Amino acid sequence: MNSDNGQTGDKVAEVVEATSTTFTAQCYTLYGAPPLGALIRAGDPPVYAVVHNVTTAALDPGRRAVARGAEEATEDDVYRSNPQLARLLATHLEALVVGYADGDRLRQSLPPAPPRIHAFVHAPSDDEVVRFTDRLDFLRLLVRAPVPAIDEVLGACLGLVAACHADPEGFMVRAGQALAGELSTDVVRLNAVLTAVLRR
Amino acid sequence: MSFDEASRDGNSPERAADTASIEPGSPLGMVVGGSLSEGVEVKLEGGASVEDIPVGSYATIQGEHRRFFGMVSEVRLGYTDARLRTSPPDVTDPLVARALQGTVAYGAVTVRPRLVLPPVAGAGGELAPARTVPAHFSRAFKASDADVAQVFGSEDESHFVVGTPLDMETKVCLDLQTLVQRSNGVFGKSGTGKSFLTRLLLIGILQKTKAVSLVFDMHSEYGWQGSDAERGRQVKALKQLFGSKVTVFTMDEEHSRRRRVPFDEVVRLGFDEVEPEDIEVLAQALGISSAGAQAVYKLPHHYGKTWLQQFLEVSGSAALGELADQLGEHPQTIAALHRRLERLGRMPFLTSGPTGDSLNRLLEHLGRGTHVVLEFGKYGSSLDAYMLVANVLTRRIHDRYVELVERAAGDNSAAPNPLVIVIEEAHRFLSPQVASHTIFGTIAREMRKYNVTLLVVDQRPGDIDPEVMSQVGTKLCCLLDDERDVAAVMAGASGGRELRAVLAGLESRQQALIFGDAVPIPVAVRVREYGSESSYDELIRHPGARRAPRRAAADDDDDDLFG
Repeated sequence: MNSDNGQTGDKVAEVVEATSTTFTAQCYTLYGAPPLGALIRAGDPPVYAVVHNVTTAALDPGRRAVARGAEEATEDDVYRSNPQLARLLATHLEALVVGYADGDRLRQSLPPAPPRIHAFVHAPSDDEVVRFTDRLDFLRLLVRAPVPAIDEVLGACLGLVAACHADPEGFMVRAGQALAGELSTDVVRLNAVLTAVLRR
Repeated sequence: MSFDEASRDGNSPERAADTASIEPGSPLGMVVGGSLSEGVEVKLEGGASVEDIPVGSYATIQGEHRRFFGMVSEVRLGYTDARLRTSPPDVTDPLVARALQGTVAYGAVTVRPRLVLPPVAGAGGELAPARTVPAHFSRAFKASDADVAQVFGSEDESHFVVGTPLDMETKVCLDLQTLVQRSNGVFGKSGTGKSFLTRLLLIGILQKTKAVSLVFDMHSEYGWQGSDAERGRQVKALKQLFGSKVTVFTMDEEHSRRRRVPFDEVVRLGFDEVEPEDIEVLAQALGISSAGAQAVYKLPHHYGKTWLQQFLEVSGSAALGELADQLGEHPQTIAALHRRLERLGRMPFLTSGPTGDSLNRLLEHLGRGTHVVLEFGKYGSSLDAYMLVANVLTRRIHDRYVELVERAAGDNSAAPNPLVIVIEEAHRFLSPQVASHTIFGTIAREMRKYNVTLLVVDQRPGDIDPEVMSQVGTKLCCLLDDERDVAAVMAGASGGRELRAVLAGLESRQQALIFGDAVPIPVAVRVREYGSESSYDELIRHPGARRAPRRAAADDDDDDLFG
């Protein structure tokens, strides 16, 4: 994992498939996806999203990767001996759209249009993360997203975001309350989410 | 309050130590539902905890166009998902606990709106009864001192401080001008401070109104001094505090002398002042059968004015049998009646000789605007003596008042000063069996028509005739345990169910729930201090106390009435 991605604001990927609620982006480096739950920004006008799934596979769906390490001592040796792998394999991230910038305003709802194909995906700076998560309405979109293990994604997301805030504990309490509001009629799931948040 | 502020409050060490950490005027939460009859539900928010909002405390609700004032009548723990009860979360982690508190698991209080306040706290303006409820999502606040002061008035010509609300320092005032217009009741089981409360009321009536009081003082608590059993001391009573404005009559001068308690007059009753209906009231206390009580009515026809004395002088079963024949009664009825009435004959204050015209002396004092306390001394422990005297005197005083009021109506002269008669053990006089035909029942029912009202002091309100109870204007209720007594006191009160909760929560001493005409809304009070030198000073130097010039005016009135 490239830990710098969350800090620098550099571009990390490029959109290859987009809908109003989700997009998929191909990372510029193999295994160079932001961590699960990370907040990312795509395109201009910017669309904000949370990484909910990362896949690495052969670029050509017809050519599955084959085992190459029988004679190698370490995994890294496999890549060193087969430099072509960086071209044959690719890392993709899938992200849930949680907001967009409307001029100077950051809105925590679905954008009028999804990001364009080939839009650049950036890992926003801490300041930008703090600015976007000043409000927690985006949790509503996440809580209801029809993706597997969304509770884990939520937990990961809040953990990453909290670390950017000056008062991580205060943020967590605020987020916990917002989640409790969203999941007020389903305490069983609320317990699961809060537990997932706390485990991080 | 923002969440952050709230959470800081929640963690402050002072909060744990301070039981009433919600300051008056601070926000409680938001109206989320309810009705006028049941009260509106306020979901608590921010740092407001159910533990800090006792039932009976006051809240204001800022509606869209009006400010409402009401009483917290119910406190509740709510949840948004019933499964919370069966699978409670693991709250060992403070984050989980704090995330759930106020969201999934929340506190809620029911506030019953009772008054509409002027839009700004402390601003002048009329208080109107609340006939609707604040809209959804109105903000609720703990009532501020200014709000409470506005509702319960401040001490003035007619308002008398009776205490403070249980969880506040503001004064609660009774409107005594309103109070004396109807009969009132002080209720509470034994030892809850009824006498203290009654003494305060009498002081208030003395200072704030034109009414005079006549106290049938069973246990000698109101005249010269009373006892404070809790602190084991004697406290000053009316005569010591107000001197010439109070006259103490006694039934038992021996007792008064022994206690070195000064008194002004001794009361004697003539046998000829007792009437059959006095005996009827006493029937239960004396053990007289209903046939016997009816037979009494024939005696005056037979003997004339001195019937009681002559009847008691009859001796021997033959003579009694002969009398029974003449009256057309069963001999055994008459014999039994004679036996029972012999107890009256042994009461030393009943005399066939000159009585010193006690009754007229008493009326004279009342007419002059002097308050009268009649101490019973040792007869206080004898219920039949107490009832007989109270009944005989009250009946005749009432007759006189009826005459005076009717005369005043006829020639447009001033009516007599309103009279408040204080009776203890009131359920004996006002039980359903006798209330319909005793003088006390009559007074309670006809209210202020003849300027005579009752202040009943009683520990068994459940035994008082419901019709009489329904006429009681203001009820001052100390702790009551018996379900029947509580039901009797609450009958007809709006919001009786919530008042019950407040009543049940009173401490056993010096706390009272007051509701009725003299207060704009029901209020639970810590009764003001009584018994220390400073408390006497405060009581005597009351703002708005009636001073000498008023007395002079009262004296002028008397000339018309009694002259």
